[in-house]
Amino acid sequence: MNDLTESFVELVRRASTDLPADVEAALRAAQAREEPGSAAAGALGAILENVALARANSTPVCQDTGTPIFYVSHPQEASTRELRAQIEAAVAEATARAYLRPNAVDSLTGRNSGNNLGTGYPTFHFEEWEEDHLRVDLLLKGGGSENVGAQYKLPYSPLEAGRDLEGVRRVILDAVYQAQGKGCAPGVLGIALGSDRGYGYVHAKEQLFRPLDDVNPAPELAALEERLMHDCNELDIGPMGFGGKTTVFGVKIGAYHRLPACYFVSIAYNCWACRRAQMTVQDGKVEYA
Amino acid sequence: MATYDLTIPISEQDIRALHVGDTVYLSGVMTTGRDAAHKYLIENFIRADKVPASEEALYEELQRLLKGGVIYHCGPVVRQDEDGKWHFVAAGPTTSIREEPYEADVIAHFGMRGVIGKGGMGPNTLIACREHGAVYFHAVGGAASLIADAVKEVVAVYKKDEFGVPEAFWIIRVERFPVVVTMDAHGQSIHAEVEAVSQAALERLVGG
Repeated sequence: MNDLTESFVELVRRASTDLPADVEAALRAAQAREEPGSAAAGALGAILENVALARANSTPVCQDTGTPIFYVSHPQEASTRELRAQIEAAVAEATARAYLRPNAVDSLTGRNSGNNLGTGYPTFHFEEWEEDHLRVDLLLKGGGSENVGAQYKLPYSPLEAGRDLEGVRRVILDAVYQAQGKGCAPGVLGIALGSDRGYGYVHAKEQLFRPLDDVNPAPELAALEERLMHDCNELDIGPMGFGGKTTVFGVKIGAYHRLPACYFVSIAYNCWACRRAQMTVQDGKVEYA
Repeated sequence: MATYDLTIPISEQDIRALHVGDTVYLSGVMTTGRDAAHKYLIENFIRADKVPASEEALYEELQRLLKGGVIYHCGPVVRQDEDGKWHFVAAGPTTSIREEPYEADVIAHFGMRGVIGKGGMGPNTLIACREHGAVYFHAVGGAASLIADAVKEVVAVYKKDEFGVPEAFWIIRVERFPVVVTMDAHGQSIHAEVEAVSQAALERLVGG
């Protein structure tokens, strides 16, 4: 297998120092909706100026470069052990080049490892697929938004939320209300219905990779996503929690099988800096998206 | 909503002239400090019977910096040049609410005039702002490269090896660092207002 370490460093650099085009366009549209001169419009203006500066200087969009979460889809012959080793080397190198902040802290000693490597850090999800090429999706997920993620168990009596899509809608609205501006609103919501507690969040984060303008193939989920975009923005929390018209600019929901006894709604809140990047490798040729 | 240019150290009079919604450009020397730093301040200085001998020098330095000064909730991305000098590469604010259990005591103990962060803080900090003459300055969360541009010099760093890069006390000289007052010394908080408005909307949206 070719050594892809330097290509993985470039994947990290792209994720950290720029935003996907659909995310930047959504932020620009959000700015146009706010009252000129309002705190909300000012915050979005600073955000857009910052993104342009980060891109031009190749510096991180946000200083919290987050947990690097790698979703690796690989053909049968690939070695996940080698891929992991190369990605880990790339993460350490990207940290040395200041594309990533050293973020891996030992939970027992409080020591920062200094290179973003540690026990269970960064996060990997490997999946063998039928395609003949390799695809690596990377999400840099900041701590502020990770802290406002939530997992509800239906029924949830404080909101009279039952085991149906109306119950789902209620707990998601509650999560966005609880988050206020603390997750760096406006945000994108990745949501998983069902699954177990652990994979609920894994699948919720997978949803964050969907393009903002895609339409959910399940009509009832597509309708719920649209309804929630509207309802969340009625909360008037706004950019940074200053009050305003855009509180979320994406709602993406996936439904997974569950145990009869369990109905989890897992909500991964992503800050406005929705830093996802993708790399594919076919016949030794590397492409980024 | 007015706009002010203020230089650190800031006088009580200047702070009490500020109201929520005002834009402020801060210049002067400030220190970063977040989770580990606040825990350290509380345990070693504020709630300690006696300051540990090993920490006395830093205590004096922090007293000097924070009197009339500002603490910035920030864990930066930094770069060290060939001469060993540190530079801020990306330096937006971190979520402040985690420091709510400590901040009121820190403001009172050191005579701080302000806290910079994002997401706002709670009732204890708001009371401390009113009692001691301080405000909460909101920086734009995630605007890290933009804010790093306002950081002109890293003057010193303390506790870097012990706390790690994000958690260290970075002493920085800034010029026209842009912030908005979201909690003032008159008991007003934009965060409390927005929470009340959104709570009413939530009740309407789930009640129907």
